[in-house]
Amino acid sequence: MASLATPAYSEPKKNYLNDGYGLKSWLLTTDHKRIALLYLVSITLFFFLGGFFAMLIRLELLTPQGDLMQADTYNRVFTEHGMIMVFFFLIPVVPAILGNFLVPLMIGAKDLAFPRINLLSWYLYIIAGVLFLHCLMRGGVDTGWTFYTPYSTVASNTNVIEAGLSVFIVGFSSILTGLNFIVTIHRMRAPGMTWSRLPLFVWANYATSLIMILGTPVVAITIVLVAVERLLHLGIFDPRLGGDPLLFQHLFWFYSHPAVYIMILPSMGVVSELITCFSRKRVFGYKFVALSSIAIAVIGFLVWAHHMFVAGISLYAAMVFSFLTFFVGVPSAVKVFNWTATLYRGSISYATPMLYAFGFIGLFTIGGLTGLFLATLPIDVHVTDTYFIVAHFHYVMVGGVLMGYLGGIHFWWPKISGRLYPEGWAKLSALLVFVGFNLTFFPQFVLGYIGMPRRYWQYPDEFQVLNVLSTAGASVLAVGYLLPMIYLLWSLRYGPIADSNPWAAAGLEWKTTSPPPTFNFDETPVVTWEAYNYDEIEPKELEVPVG
Amino acid sequence: MSKFLPLWPDRASTMAGQVDALYIYLLLVSFAMTALIFLAIAVLAIKYRRTRGHQATQIEGSTILEIGWSVIPFGIMLTFFVWGAVLYFKERTPPADSTEVYVVAKQWMWKIEHMEGQREINELHVPTGQNIKLIMTSQDVIHSFFVPAFRIKQDVLPGRYTTAWFEATQPGRYHLFCAEYCGTSHSGMIGDIVVMEPQDYAQWMAGGPTAPLQETGKQLFSSLGCSTCHRFDIQGRGPNLTGIYNKPVLLEDGRTVIADENYVRESILSPTSKIVSGFKPIMPTFQGIVSDEQLNALVAYVKSLSQPPTGAAGLQNQPSASPTGQPQTMQVQ
Amino acid sequence: MDSHATTVDNEVHNPELRHHFADMQQQKNAASLGMWLFLVTEIMFFGGMFCAYLVYRTSHYYALAAASQTIHVLPGAINTAVLIVSSVTVVLAIHAIQVGKPKLCISYLAITIVLGFAFLGIKAYEYNQKFEEHHVPGPTFNFTDAYHTQGKTIPVDPHEAELFFSLYFAMTGMHALHMIIGIGLMSIMALMVWKGKFSPEYHTPLENAGLYWHLVDIIWIYLFPLLYLISRR
Repeated sequence: MASLATPAYSEPKKNYLNDGYGLKSWLLTTDHKRIALLYLVSITLFFFLGGFFAMLIRLELLTPQGDLMQADTYNRVFTEHGMIMVFFFLIPVVPAILGNFLVPLMIGAKDLAFPRINLLSWYLYIIAGVLFLHCLMRGGVDTGWTFYTPYSTVASNTNVIEAGLSVFIVGFSSILTGLNFIVTIHRMRAPGMTWSRLPLFVWANYATSLIMILGTPVVAITIVLVAVERLLHLGIFDPRLGGDPLLFQHLFWFYSHPAVYIMILPSMGVVSELITCFSRKRVFGYKFVALSSIAIAVIGFLVWAHHMFVAGISLYAAMVFSFLTFFVGVPSAVKVFNWTATLYRGSISYATPMLYAFGFIGLFTIGGLTGLFLATLPIDVHVTDTYFIVAHFHYVMVGGVLMGYLGGIHFWWPKISGRLYPEGWAKLSALLVFVGFNLTFFPQFVLGYIGMPRRYWQYPDEFQVLNVLSTAGASVLAVGYLLPMIYLLWSLRYGPIADSNPWAAAGLEWKTTSPPPTFNFDETPVVTWEAYNYDEIEPKELEVPVG
Repeated sequence: MSKFLPLWPDRASTMAGQVDALYIYLLLVSFAMTALIFLAIAVLAIKYRRTRGHQATQIEGSTILEIGWSVIPFGIMLTFFVWGAVLYFKERTPPADSTEVYVVAKQWMWKIEHMEGQREINELHVPTGQNIKLIMTSQDVIHSFFVPAFRIKQDVLPGRYTTAWFEATQPGRYHLFCAEYCGTSHSGMIGDIVVMEPQDYAQWMAGGPTAPLQETGKQLFSSLGCSTCHRFDIQGRGPNLTGIYNKPVLLEDGRTVIADENYVRESILSPTSKIVSGFKPIMPTFQGIVSDEQLNALVAYVKSLSQPPTGAAGLQNQPSASPTGQPQTMQVQ
Repeated sequence: MDSHATTVDNEVHNPELRHHFADMQQQKNAASLGMWLFLVTEIMFFGGMFCAYLVYRTSHYYALAAASQTIHVLPGAINTAVLIVSSVTVVLAIHAIQVGKPKLCISYLAITIVLGFAFLGIKAYEYNQKFEEHHVPGPTFNFTDAYHTQGKTIPVDPHEAELFFSLYFAMTGMHALHMIIGIGLMSIMALMVWKGKFSPEYHTPLENAGLYWHLVDIIWIYLFPLLYLISRR
């Protein structure tokens, strides 16, 4: 695709990548773009560690017997897979990488409001990560990522406190990022960049940040109480000492449900950017899409006990939470419809980011619809704590969050690196991811309904066929994830050089060079146009044609 | 269903078919919605693919459509909710004539106690055509009693009772799983529900002499000294327990609570949490002195004090006049 | 380096202006908003513990009330007064810098810090009392009191009473930790005033530190009645 780059263009002299070399200039940077790259490296490493544990799980589950590892080991493996993926990958991936890099650019600012706090966020992530790795080396933890009491406080003999401390610290990384985004978006928009002109990716990160600052402190204090109880043999959550294990669950899920919206909202923001650019159209119903992000954030705080329908809450409480849970499905559905409607009378190209956007919409639809199954009480009673749940959340987390992230990484890769990735390999990877993903997780819906519980190291024979299908899919999926690692790294050296706007996209980030200079813009932009003004932007003549 | 690739478990309870019906309804709606979206994207993506010289048409939006595709899906979702809530209400309300079975979960086994005294480990024999109410507690961490074939699941907690009920319809052997992660052998904490025709069940039940649960409770009531204060003949230092089960109780602080299983259990383990109006808070705690099985027996005994004198397991819990004719609710004499 | 910017060059040459802000006003607004948001996170953080406390107060009323009755009100009341006065001195300190009296500002900050230490000292005394009464949760815990009301005495389960103390120490301990941080912040502020970093035009960090102090004060204003005062005999 060398044709996308203007031949006579040479690499810009000074940009954020070559503005200072050496370890110190990176480890003590306050440039949001460099910090985004620091996150990119660390988050990717944790992703592959979590993926390694996933591989172990799927290998064990090839056979009904527990024959690959001992039960205790398996229990640690699935716990660590969950903890790493939730806290060290899914929550930070889009905000800390794409959000950090793009939010200031998109609003025309020079940096985030608090650059040093941004760096602190990354260091907190690293400290938490090192602590977690240390916990792994000391034998790991086996409570499940949900560390329910009294198992976690009384019965488990693994490194619960250390794991909890690591989650506590990474939680503060998240809180500070959210705080930074909110202040930045409120106070640092360029002249003319009104709220109604903001790209939807910014709206999405804003809503996400609201959840981050309101929800994360609650899980933080919950972890403190669990640690204190475990250390001093107190009874805050232990029934033998007057405590209530359900109180733990309420406190835990009060954060952990909104947390899933922290994960999905930024990816939804990415999809909005991709759909508009590759249809060359303003999004259908901009106001509704923007406000639906806020609605999801608000309503998301009201539904936590739908994780507790069989936990022992009253039947009337269950009905209330079931009802509210249906509410939260509406704004998500609105987004899906609006994205689809945006395609109408557009001018659609099938570049890799768009393929990921399509994949997102399809898989998120399935994942979200299965959420409705879970909101329906009698169905949830049957399928909760089974593989149906596992399939549901992987559809929205992997089919949703991860696909949105991959689409975003490919879309903004030229801006971040100044290079173009190889389109052929990228399309192949997208296809492998889509096929592998469905093969891995669709059988798990069936497995769940026919009764296979989750977190099972061994299982009855009749569940084997579906497990084998799932593992086969996982191996395809793994290839789909490894390929981008390889070709994206390759492109850094051998990829064609990108100009400032290879996609002819709307958005302030495309008005500066690729890669951008350290202070983003040579002159502060003054915005006089609406978002997604594709009627005013010339498409590239040599744009990737159909197919 | 095909054993090679089953799509749903056996249907072995009265609820199973109803849950499956709701599930299939949701499946159909979801397939339709998914097909709609997939089709729309495919058609639009192809019809409006980028061709030279063709520009996109900027469309701002349509408030009518937005309202439409918010309200209509929400309306459909409400049908899910209502159907689900109605069915769920039935699922959470054990019929009054249910036979009770006590379940004690511990790492990593299920201990079952029938009212007739039969004990089982990791197996539960039940007859078809009878409502069974499970009264469950855990000795250690949270477990969950899951029978896919009945479509029931209920977390089993330490420190209190939780209940579930079913009516089995088909003889056979069905999986019992623990569905809440509980440590090393969580996946080994499995068993069978053995459903039998009533006559086979009666035969099974008759094999082996064991004391009915409430008899064991009665003996404990005496041997632990409960009868010293909780007398039936005269007003003792503690309330007369005849006929109290499932009746309202007036407490010291003015609250009124229902004397259900959890109340009786709490009164034994933590007597000063709820003090009956007009009585002194002098009852000692039996925490650590009685095991969960003994607690079950005591609870069964107290419940039996609300039944007619010939009451055996499975008969209706009638709110009857107590043998001495004393009032049903607790009040100062 | 003299960091009092002249009014003429204020915007461009103010050395306190960070490069990514357009002007001092934007920087101040950003810093204020950031601080308020941080305070919200602190409220959510303590909120979890308040929630646990309220739940157990309701479900184990007698036991927690009995435990609460053993807490001596006087030290708590004195501490409340100490904190309220310290919040006043913080406001006075900020006012002092606003009218260009840095020395007065430092004096008020010093008083604030002393009051902060007084608070911690009294807290230490209270904790010591608890230790002597064997009311510290853990292996040494021994609770033999009962709930007293209207002439009646209701014995309670010591385990449930221990719940109260677990939450008491968790909540007041977390609060004390925040006090220590607050004292540290005020010390740094005093140092910065002494070094001449602040002026009537620029003293945003001091204002934000003041906000933090007020939050710690307000959290105590909620803790005191909930832990000490309700269910008094």
